[in-house]
Amino acid sequence: MEARTIKVAPIRKSLIVKTDADKAFAVFTAKIGNWWPRAFTIGASPLKDVILEERGNGRWYERGEDGSECEWGKVLVWEPPTRVVLAWQISGEWKYVPDLITELEVRFTAIGARETRVDFEHRKLEALGDAAEAVRAQLESGWPGLLEAFAAAAEGRPVQMPSIQGM
Amino acid sequence: MWSDLPSGKAMADATAALAALADPTRRRVFERLRIGPQPVGAIARGLPVSRPAVSQHLAVLKTAGLVTDRAEGTRRVYQIDPNGLGAIRAWLDQFWDEALLAFKEEAERPATEEEE
Repeated sequence: MEARTIKVAPIRKSLIVKTDADKAFAVFTAKIGNWWPRAFTIGASPLKDVILEERGNGRWYERGEDGSECEWGKVLVWEPPTRVVLAWQISGEWKYVPDLITELEVRFTAIGARETRVDFEHRKLEALGDAAEAVRAQLESGWPGLLEAFAAAAEGRPVQMPSIQGM
Repeated sequence: MWSDLPSGKAMADATAALAALADPTRRRVFERLRIGPQPVGAIARGLPVSRPAVSQHLAVLKTAGLVTDRAEGTRRVYQIDPNGLGAIRAWLDQFWDEALLAFKEEAERPATEEEE
């Protein structure tokens, strides 16, 4: 591979949460399953829970209603209650790709006894382009689900990508 | 409410864009356009492939929604189409808005007995 020079601008969000930093951090991490939008899942079974292991190099994965587990990424930096960096290893095809690393950094800054500023950044999005190697291989081997999706899109029909649940 | 999951069309666009950029030569062709709109001849200059090959790469990039072209006199000028490469980024941007709102609501929800 040649050196990558395309950069995709990071996604940045900031918000104020009316609670203390300890709780904000805990809700974002240990209790992620309480708030994660149920529509987002890459598993075959409907989403039952999202689990983020509370330690450096911890797993980040979803558990389906049938008990099956599907990896999403891992914990890169674990600094409670001020900072967590996660690897989001999901491609544009909604597949977990072990070699794909995009980074989510979330920082929690107390600005009062019961107010916390949350700064969120999803970066290294250009890595999603590398994951497309796998997509291309699927195209060349004629993966039927994807080809069907392309055909439907070309004809203006509604399609459902194979691994998206709950649309 | 959740309403921003990508349509199949949007995801197919994003997939095509990413797949198109997976080819190293095609990526170099694409990167040539970062400095601005250029005719095929200028894009091909210095690349180790023939001008017809460059035209083919440009056609793939155009199909994937990554570049657009226009006639300028007798030349054809290509430029980056920001809607192509940005398709998946746009989806993620919307997704994180939804997810972070849900996080905020959960974080601000008064503790219930089962959590005590």
